[in-house]
Amino acid sequence: MKELKVTPIKDGTVIDHITPGHALKVLHVLNIPDTTSSVVSVLMNVNGKKGKKDIVKIENRELDPKELDKIALIAPKATINIIREYDVVKKHTVELPNEVIGIAKCSNPTCISNAHEPVQSRFQVITKDPLRIKCYYCDREPEDIADRII
Amino acid sequence: MNFKQRDAISIKDFSKEEIEYILDYAKRMIPYAKAEKHTQHLQNKVLATLFFEPSTRTRLSFESAMHRLGGRVIGFADPSGTSQKKGESLADTIRMADAYSDAIVIRHPQEGAARLAAEFSDVPVLNAGDGAGQHPTQCLLDLFTIMTEKKKIKGNNVVLLGDLKYGRTVHSLAYALSLFHAELTFVSPETLKMPKEVISECKEFGVEPVSTSSLEKAIKEADLLYVTRIQKERFPDAEEYNRVVGSYSVNKALLEQAKKELIVMHPLPRVLEIHPDVDTTPHALYFKQAFNGVPVRMALLSLILGGKEL
Repeated sequence: MKELKVTPIKDGTVIDHITPGHALKVLHVLNIPDTTSSVVSVLMNVNGKKGKKDIVKIENRELDPKELDKIALIAPKATINIIREYDVVKKHTVELPNEVIGIAKCSNPTCISNAHEPVQSRFQVITKDPLRIKCYYCDREPEDIADRII
Repeated sequence: MNFKQRDAISIKDFSKEEIEYILDYAKRMIPYAKAEKHTQHLQNKVLATLFFEPSTRTRLSFESAMHRLGGRVIGFADPSGTSQKKGESLADTIRMADAYSDAIVIRHPQEGAARLAAEFSDVPVLNAGDGAGQHPTQCLLDLFTIMTEKKKIKGNNVVLLGDLKYGRTVHSLAYALSLFHAELTFVSPETLKMPKEVISECKEFGVEPVSTSSLEKAIKEADLLYVTRIQKERFPDAEEYNRVVGSYSVNKALLEQAKKELIVMHPLPRVLEIHPDVDTTPHALYFKQAFNGVPVRMALLSLILGGKEL
């Protein structure tokens, strides 16, 4: 029987080392499929050197730095490979900044950052592993940040 | 130690040494707070008090503190007469108060409002309570009350009772008492338990709080009982409020089981949680605690606005 495999992509982005089970959340924060009509491949629970991982391959699209920050929030160990003509031309390890601004909404409905005020949401990173962040304004720690991405 | 032009948004904005310094200075403010001595230390300074939520003690004691220091006060006790009713943002209101005053005191129903105010103000902002968030000057006056009555905070068995979920004073106080290594017991209805973030903070200082729903058990070992009101205005629905209101009542009969030296504190206002028969017992300290708001706020205003001691 012929085995089906996900083949290498010609141009685009490969997001590797995603926390197992988080690939669909990564697609959610990147607003895929709404922002691309190209082929997107999702691999879940792939055996890697350091245990299981998820992988996402997006054809014909290169992620920009702001999108990398978003991924860092939900898959802090991910690596981003930019592919051109089947070659890896850029490789980034996502690095969570000390402050995450304008990316996720505070989970506290009575936080002032959710009111009509001229400010962006702002979170401070308490620890990177395990990921803990808290709202700069109200100190609330959101439970599932992936659901709060703007 | 430099306090000049600093904001006071959270008790966490101050180190343990800075808190001790403020409390020590507050002691020397008492004769001024009682008008036994007089000063013009903050003459020509204007304090704006912006109260978007009701308050008796916090607003009056801030205003009294400013007057006792020779300064002046502008502001409002009710936002219904302000441009907020016309839809003005908090940021714009703060820009105005910043232009008209030398420091801003703000109470607001939304968490994080004081932090936001500090972003839009060049003059210092003092948080007088932001929703279920922080209330640093209440925390300072609570610590001051314990320090003056018990001589030290460390080692005292402090029972925090009531609404530990929504109560802003108990969150700041649990943190500060841990900073000073008090022993903590949390007593609350099951649905109003202390948030896990606050418990984690206590543990960071090596304090292991005990949580229970039995006040009768906790009272026997307590050196200090800190009672809070079940705050109707913080409940998302009336049904949840009705289920827990009146869960605990501290009365004379209950206090007969307590240590003779037990002190009972409450940030006030009280409703049902402390029976008036406690008022005349030697345990009752809540009215003195409320007075302490004046010397403590005088100390803070003096250091932030005056930049130096009297």
